Amino acid sequence: MAIILQQYLIELSRYALFALMAIYTICSFVLFAPVSQKAEHRLYAVQNMLMLLLLFLCFLDLTFATGNVRFLYLFVFLLLFLFVMILLVTLIYEDTNRLLLNNMCLLLGVGLCTISRLSFARAYRQYLIALFSFGLCLVVPLVFRKVRFFKKLTWGYAACGVGILSVVLLLGRIHNGSKITFTVAGLTFQPSEFIKILYIFFLAAVLWEHSDFKWVLISGIIAGIHVVILVLSKDLGSALIYYVAFVLIVVMITGNNLYLMIGTIGGMAASAVAYRLFGHVKVRFLAWKDPWTYIENKGYQIGQSLFAIGSGRWFGTGLTMGNSKDIPFVEQDAIFSAICEEFGVLFAICILLVSLNCFLEMMRIAINVGDRFYKIICYGCGITYIFQIFLTVGGGIKFIPLTGVTLPLISAGGTSCLVTMLMFFIVQGINIRLKAVERKKAGIS
Amino acid sequence: MKEFLKKFKRIMLHATPREQILVTTVFFFVLFFVMFIYLGLFVKNNEEKLLSNGYNKRQETLASRNYRGKIYSRDGEVLAFSEVNDDQKEFRFYPYGKLFAHAVGYSTTGKMGVELLSNYYLINSGASLTEKIENDAVGIKNPGHNVYTTLDVELQQIADNYLNVYDGAVVVTEIKTGKILAMVSHPNFDPSTISEQWDELVKDEDSSVLVNRVTQGLYPPGSTFKMITALEYYREHGELWKNYRYVCSGRFDHDGYSIKCFNGSVHGELDLTQAFARSCNSSFADLGMSIDRKGFDTLCNSLLFNKDLPTDLVTSKSSIPSSAEMDSFAMMQTSIGQGKTAITPLHLNMITMAAANGGILMKPRMIDHVENVAGQTVRRYEDEEYGRLMSVDESLFLRGLMESVVETGTAGKLKNDKYKAAGKTGSAEYGDEGDSHAWFTGYAPAEDPEVAVTIIIEGAGTGGDYAVPLAKRLFDSYFEQKEP
Repeated sequence: MAIILQQYLIELSRYALFALMAIYTICSFVLFAPVSQKAEHRLYAVQNMLMLLLLFLCFLDLTFATGNVRFLYLFVFLLLFLFVMILLVTLIYEDTNRLLLNNMCLLLGVGLCTISRLSFARAYRQYLIALFSFGLCLVVPLVFRKVRFFKKLTWGYAACGVGILSVVLLLGRIHNGSKITFTVAGLTFQPSEFIKILYIFFLAAVLWEHSDFKWVLISGIIAGIHVVILVLSKDLGSALIYYVAFVLIVVMITGNNLYLMIGTIGGMAASAVAYRLFGHVKVRFLAWKDPWTYIENKGYQIGQSLFAIGSGRWFGTGLTMGNSKDIPFVEQDAIFSAICEEFGVLFAICILLVSLNCFLEMMRIAINVGDRFYKIICYGCGITYIFQIFLTVGGGIKFIPLTGVTLPLISAGGTSCLVTMLMFFIVQGINIRLKAVERKKAGIS
Repeated sequence: MKEFLKKFKRIMLHATPREQILVTTVFFFVLFFVMFIYLGLFVKNNEEKLLSNGYNKRQETLASRNYRGKIYSRDGEVLAFSEVNDDQKEFRFYPYGKLFAHAVGYSTTGKMGVELLSNYYLINSGASLTEKIENDAVGIKNPGHNVYTTLDVELQQIADNYLNVYDGAVVVTEIKTGKILAMVSHPNFDPSTISEQWDELVKDEDSSVLVNRVTQGLYPPGSTFKMITALEYYREHGELWKNYRYVCSGRFDHDGYSIKCFNGSVHGELDLTQAFARSCNSSFADLGMSIDRKGFDTLCNSLLFNKDLPTDLVTSKSSIPSSAEMDSFAMMQTSIGQGKTAITPLHLNMITMAAANGGILMKPRMIDHVENVAGQTVRRYEDEEYGRLMSVDESLFLRGLMESVVETGTAGKLKNDKYKAAGKTGSAEYGDEGDSHAWFTGYAPAEDPEVAVTIIIEGAGTGGDYAVPLAKRLFDSYFEQKEP
């Protein structure tokens, strides 16, 4: 009897989960329409309710399917964490951007749920990391309000970034064929994720003041060094993200689309050179072009990823009913395919729409911020966030070659989680600053 | 215009950050929506193909939940079914034993035939949700979908009986739909006990028991290839082909090489129709020397030589050397179907189908539809057109020649008063002893072609004597079954 109940639950919750997710997604886009403040707050509350129901249903499925209560404990702790986070942040900072906060919590929640289904131990670790990151993030907006010297640390950012990346290149241990991790006191870091923030700060610090050709060139050389080190470390995904971030930021701040043309042509030329020079670039490209011929080795990961998506179809197999564990490095590189398999492709598209929603909100803030330094940072955070999602999702579904980067907030991976949360809170900080400035102006007039 | 250029220049060189940010935003939204469409199409189109991949472990998962569905002939006879014992171990049975060995195939040690083609449906269950859940609860497997093939038991039996101890292949197809009615390959095996024989079969490297000769057997086409040589001559000369004359003295000499007619025949004066009907090697070697080599290559290509055949079946590629690689002797041999040319019986059947069907080739297929346990159709396979292999005129020309083969030529045994058949015989020589494979490929009724038959019997002798009688039995049975 219990088994029958469990099966019905899993079958039917496939549709329920999609419905909840779809309504949530619609809410987040409705919030871009001009609505009254009262309606806005009601929508945020609705989102939180949907989030609660969605996560409850997920963990209920997992508990029933595995017969293990630990999933319910995880749910309770996760819920506690998310609601304390929402409560604390909104209490401390009255100008918190609720939409970004809600979206971040939802993505974290779905991510933790998916990871716990694949590996409970990993989910537990991820939970602790998220908790720690939150502690760190809580002070970020405050720091942004108080600290004034961020604009002046230009060469500090550059030295720090290039220095750490070089050390990793020289000392870092081999990890999936890429030298991208770094272990300190038993904890493994992925500095390329972390340096991303310093890198954006560096570009902002240079370009907010000077956007003439000379300074574009200088910042370009420093950015180029970052990218080259990353390519040598075989961290192609990050190299691409850094490169694209540089080009887009320069084009945005100078308003000169010639840079975009040069950047695009340069990027293509660099890819062609990399394809000839580095074996691992070629391997990735061949595996993308025809994974089925190379299914035994280089096409294996993408092949398994496609199997997962194909088996999930629109509404998924239902939680625990899929075989996503067959995909190598599924928790880091291919979590999107795991979501496609068990939650369904429609649900997964909603996840991407929510991510796009975050991006849209970041771009809105970037437009409104007057200070060029913060404008660049906000814009930089937004484009690196969305571009990274494009790389990992596009790679997993064979839309583009696989680069092996994480899905921010959802994949397992401490550094990625910490850094993405930091970026979200940096944008929050900028938004709070912006509101303060607006209020001041309103007070004067 | 000037205004526009000015505006363009400003946007290109001096866009405001606001404008740039908006452009970036739109760009990423468009990029993601293209990706969504790609993902949606991927999900919509690829499930079956992905699940059938040997590297997809989900097949095993499904096999642990469901047992394979039944496979039926076109008249509803069970060709394969599964039984599950108390321990939920599945056993697969094939009531007709060796008869459908290659066509239906096997599913235990790897897969082939219909078992491979419709594996996706056979291992997926169409049981209702309630039924599935109740079965799962008590640990009973669910029945997979049932697959209805286009195969006809009677035609299959006739072909199998006739081949008897000979090695060879027989394929019978419906010209207007592409349905395969019979597919027999000898030697064969019993799929019920394949796992017991497996080690032995695999160890013995000379054994070709597992090869489906219809789709994978590569044979010299012999005189059946004269269809293609004649077709190229028609392409070059149009209606003037009727003026062709040749006086056969039993051999054709060129550049110091010579081609002899089969069995030392001397045919005397012939036009093209008679040369084709009586399968005169000398005149076709003469034709071969006169045709345009480039045009010949183009024709062979468009007739699917050196290409994968347009079908879901596992096939070998027929091959023909490009004419540039051939000296006069090789070209003379090629024109009469000897030399290095190799063709699969299915391929020859497809060329015959197209010739009989106004030039249009229907893709050959073995599966008609799939039903769930409740008897509802889950998927119906539609007739699929591959395209045109030759023009209507060319088709009519070939049909005329092929009719004459029955009326006055080597397939005289097919003459009867119930229906009119057409075709081409072949005796493909191999080895040095003068042995030959007996070929026949043809169709009936000649006036409005419905069914095509292609036969090869290895080492039997001439096509006219050994393959044609089987074709007659198959046509007879086909038309008898059609009568109410």
